[in-house]
Amino acid sequence: MKPARFDYYSPDSPNEALELLGQYGDDAKILAGGQSLMPMMNMRLVRPKVVIDINRIAGLSHISPRPDGGLAVGAMTRQRELERSALVLETAPLLSLAIPYIGHFQIRNRGTVGGSLAHSDPAAEIPAVCLTLDTEFELASSAGERTVKAEDFFLNHLTTALEPAELLTQIRIPQTVGNWRWGFQEVCRRDGDFALVGAATMLRLDDRGICLESRITAFGAGGTPMRMNAAENHLSGSSVNADDRSEAARLVSDALDPISDIHASAKYRQDVAGVMVRRALEQALLPMEGEDAA
Amino acid sequence: MVQQYIGASITRKEDERFLTGRATFADDVKLPGMLHAAFVRSPHAHARIVAIDTTAALAIPGVVAIFTYEDIADLAKPIPVRLYPLPSLEPFLQYPLAQDKVRYVGDPVAIVIADSRYVGEDALDVIDVTYEPLPAVVDIEDSLRDETIIHEAPGTNLAAHYVVSTGDIDQAFRDAEYTRKERFKTNRHTGNPLETRGMVVAYDSGELTVWGATKVPHFNREVLSSLLDFPEEKMHFVEGDVGGGFGIRGEFYPEDFLVPFAAMRLGRPVKWMEDRLEHLIAANHSRDVLCDIEIAMKKDGAILGIRAQVYGDMGGYIRTHGSLVPASTAGLLMGPYNVPAYECGVHCVITNKTGVGTFRAPGRYESCFIRERLLDMAAADLGIDPAELRFKNLIQPSQMPYNAGRTRADGDTIFDSGNYPQGLTRALDQIGYAETNPKRWVDEAGRYHGIGIATYVKNTGRGPYEGARIVISGTGDVAVYLGITTMGQGHETTMAQICADSLGVSMDAVTIYHGNTDYIPFGGGTYGSRGTVMGGNAVHLACQNMKERILSLASTYLDTEPANLVLQTGEIFRKGTEQGPALLSLGEIACLAEVPGSNEEGSGTLETTAYFEADQLTFSYGSHAAHVAVDPETGKIEIIHYVVVEDIGRAINPLMVHGQAVGGAAQGIGATLLEELVYDDSGQLLAGSFMDYLLPTSTDVPPIESIVLEEAPSPLNPLGVKGAGEGGIVATGATLANAVSNALAPLGVQITQLPISPNFIAKLLSS
Ligand SMILES: Cc1cc2nc3c(=O)[nH]c(=O)nc-3n(C[C@H](O)[C@H](O)[C@H](O)COP(=O)(O)OP(=O)(O)OC[C@H]3O[C@@H](n4cnc5c(N)ncnc54)[C@H](O)[C@@H]3O)c2cc1C
Repeated sequence: MKPARFDYYSPDSPNEALELLGQYGDDAKILAGGQSLMPMMNMRLVRPKVVIDINRIAGLSHISPRPDGGLAVGAMTRQRELERSALVLETAPLLSLAIPYIGHFQIRNRGTVGGSLAHSDPAAEIPAVCLTLDTEFELASSAGERTVKAEDFFLNHLTTALEPAELLTQIRIPQTVGNWRWGFQEVCRRDGDFALVGAATMLRLDDRGICLESRITAFGAGGTPMRMNAAENHLSGSSVNADDRSEAARLVSDALDPISDIHASAKYRQDVAGVMVRRALEQALLPMEGEDAA
Repeated sequence: MVQQYIGASITRKEDERFLTGRATFADDVKLPGMLHAAFVRSPHAHARIVAIDTTAALAIPGVVAIFTYEDIADLAKPIPVRLYPLPSLEPFLQYPLAQDKVRYVGDPVAIVIADSRYVGEDALDVIDVTYEPLPAVVDIEDSLRDETIIHEAPGTNLAAHYVVSTGDIDQAFRDAEYTRKERFKTNRHTGNPLETRGMVVAYDSGELTVWGATKVPHFNREVLSSLLDFPEEKMHFVEGDVGGGFGIRGEFYPEDFLVPFAAMRLGRPVKWMEDRLEHLIAANHSRDVLCDIEIAMKKDGAILGIRAQVYGDMGGYIRTHGSLVPASTAGLLMGPYNVPAYECGVHCVITNKTGVGTFRAPGRYESCFIRERLLDMAAADLGIDPAELRFKNLIQPSQMPYNAGRTRADGDTIFDSGNYPQGLTRALDQIGYAETNPKRWVDEAGRYHGIGIATYVKNTGRGPYEGARIVISGTGDVAVYLGITTMGQGHETTMAQICADSLGVSMDAVTIYHGNTDYIPFGGGTYGSRGTVMGGNAVHLACQNMKERILSLASTYLDTEPANLVLQTGEIFRKGTEQGPALLSLGEIACLAEVPGSNEEGSGTLETTAYFEADQLTFSYGSHAAHVAVDPETGKIEIIHYVVVEDIGRAINPLMVHGQAVGGAAQGIGATLLEELVYDDSGQLLAGSFMDYLLPTSTDVPPIESIVLEEAPSPLNPLGVKGAGEGGIVATGATLANAVSNALAPLGVQITQLPISPNFIAKLLSS
């Protein structure tokens, strides 16, 4: 478990990093928190010729409010910072709810937002939440910058819209406060493991409890996190009662075609994804602080 | 009052070193000019080796040497069996390097010696081995069909088959009013010590030193001496601090020949530290047992007989003590019960998987699961409460010692002492069994709750003998040299407690030295909960001898009879005046011993070596109880309450016994719910890293209540002790499987195989 030989660069500025990326492209790997990259290098599953450590670049780690009420989060922001941020809790509470499910706190102390998104494990929490929250991704290369929507970012198993010479610099999360409610559920074999399967949901309800907008994401159930359109459509306009929730769960299970591995069969993932969706919806409907439990 | 050390919960002397990061493990040994080893391991489960091309690897700067079978051919001998030898096993033993065939993924094909492990792994990348893949056999039943033969010479995959029996089994089944037959399977998993295997070997001035030895260094030295054809007296096996053993670490493996061989050949020190990826494919696996079992009973629940077939998956070769796993499964399958008739066929089956050895409570974890599950099924069929069924059949204290008959090929099983019903009662009380009615229910969240119990008995303290050497210096300090080794058991504390009390000195005056073959000519090592029984009694004996000598020296000097003197807190007093001034100190006596003609045994240092012998085993016993809740929609299991009760005769240090019980239970919970070395049909290990081989972490293990009983001291040794290392793990599989089966009984679930994963529960529920 020793990595193959590589050259190491530690640029101070984004431009320097982008130049190096431009120069080495496919042969280079960005080093963020190292929580996924280093094990893969130690097992020689990846053998970059060049490692570009972006930990010393100032300005890539921040959580800032945006004029439209949303959030901007720098790619190098540690997962633990999100977890503890009052601003995130106020603006994107689903993210606050989901972060503690990532590994253990030691991993979140090192692991970054950008690393999790760029690595894009299909069972990872941050990609699932970003997809649910219609997040936008800012990518930079020596050729310029572009913005990619969450729905276009996650392409396949461990594959994103990032080009070899591109750096993810920050993400923009629209605010989901007011009459939004949220739920997040996952099942893993041990606390801190990647989920066998999970679900995230956002519901916007009117005063009478009718669903104006619903978002449902299943993760760990395919190559990428996936929005569950049929279930979302079913809930919009409904009162999200027990029957609606069960129907949404059924629609989700029907829509999925997951894989089997030694920890769970495809059937397990398919069935339990529905359970996770139903429970996430139930969680979203729980009375919030200050509300009557009526 | 003189302090009693035995029985006191003294915090461990060694902990400061461990907790402050100052312990010295094998990897901390660094020698000048040291080279590093890496192994070419087979990527195939079963293949013929056609060619090995090392040219490109040898051209890498820093690669010093590569050895293949050809290089060791004139020395090549198989690694011998340490425990449970049977003549039929011989053709299935493993050679240090694969000759013309590989038989499991991980089978060593070549050893690379390089300036660093990095360069070594670079070499592994470019060593070109041409294999001709053969069909892989990964399943016991497939293997027994002998369609693909793994070892050509013997021409079969069945390495051993024999039957153990006692009583008239046919009569038992003729008399039966109830019978039930079931098939059970325990999951292949292993001990995974935190510190993987590893060693540093130096060959200097004709002497060979091996750092990183543990468990059975004297035996391993003998094996290495025979394999290298090099005298034992010139070999020094040194144990540093060890990060866990659990049966895995310290056995003689191929690497234990190859690294010393390379060091001798090259005349430079060589280090090998196994990484976790290697560990999972190369170090012993365990527990892979299949069992067909049938029980005969009266309608009132009285057991008449048990007959069974036990199949142990041995992996690609018979390793040092692999055959012990099915033997021990059969050996205690009847458990702590009156079973008048018993018959069991034992099969050692070769497959294309990593070799098997022991893991904490080998065979007993398995047999406890098999038997206790079957008893719960029978109890349900007969409409008898599971606890009641057990009380009805448990061996009574009045029956002790109890000969359970010839349940092992190597002798009778004789339970030395015990109050087995008391062990069960304590577990039931602790879990609140009587008050919990019914014993299963569904909560508001829809989770299914259930209580599960299991009882066990576990042989400990294997002989034949064990030694201890005591040296007292002119400062009055007592040095104790042990033949047993220490993989984390805390012998530096317990052995000092025994020595202090047995000799009559303060514990602070005692220093324990262990794990160096130069300390004492023979040591049996540490395994199977033998440390305190064998090593502890050896220390006690040596202290008795030493005390006699001290009193004799003192009495000569003081011109009195030894009977008039006492040794207490390291000083000699006249009997009856222990409060008054001391007559002599231990240091003074040590000086006296050096005076020529000072006593009959001859002058010289105050030193003695004693060996404690045992031809019978001590049996610890007890019960576990658990309360679990199962989420039927996800298959997730929560352990709400877990109780371990164990009677070990006499607890030298209750705090440490609790530690053993809790650690064992934690390990057993992982084994039962999480851990499995899964292979695919082609013999590839799919759980090859800690991403997929799931050890329990602190967040997965519930608080465990451990109750240590001292109801039945062993009559077989002066201290009255029984082994305490395995009681925590033995019944975990049985207890959790019983609890889960009980909880889900309304849904028709009966657990007959481990591990109990969420996916497995979901599958059972949907079928
Ligand atoms: C024991 C353990 C348990 C874990 N459990 C979970 C879990 O439950 N859920 C979960 O989601 N994750 C889990 N993780 C993974 C963890 O969250 C990682 O932090 C994350 O996957 C990668 O983030 P990182 O900052 O460490 O990235 P790195 O490991 O440094 O990089 C990961 C990949 O992303 C690329 N990359 C990183 N930053 C950028 C960037 N700004 N632009 C372009 N490419 C970039 C790297 O080149 C690399 O390919 C676990 C990790 C461990 C070790």
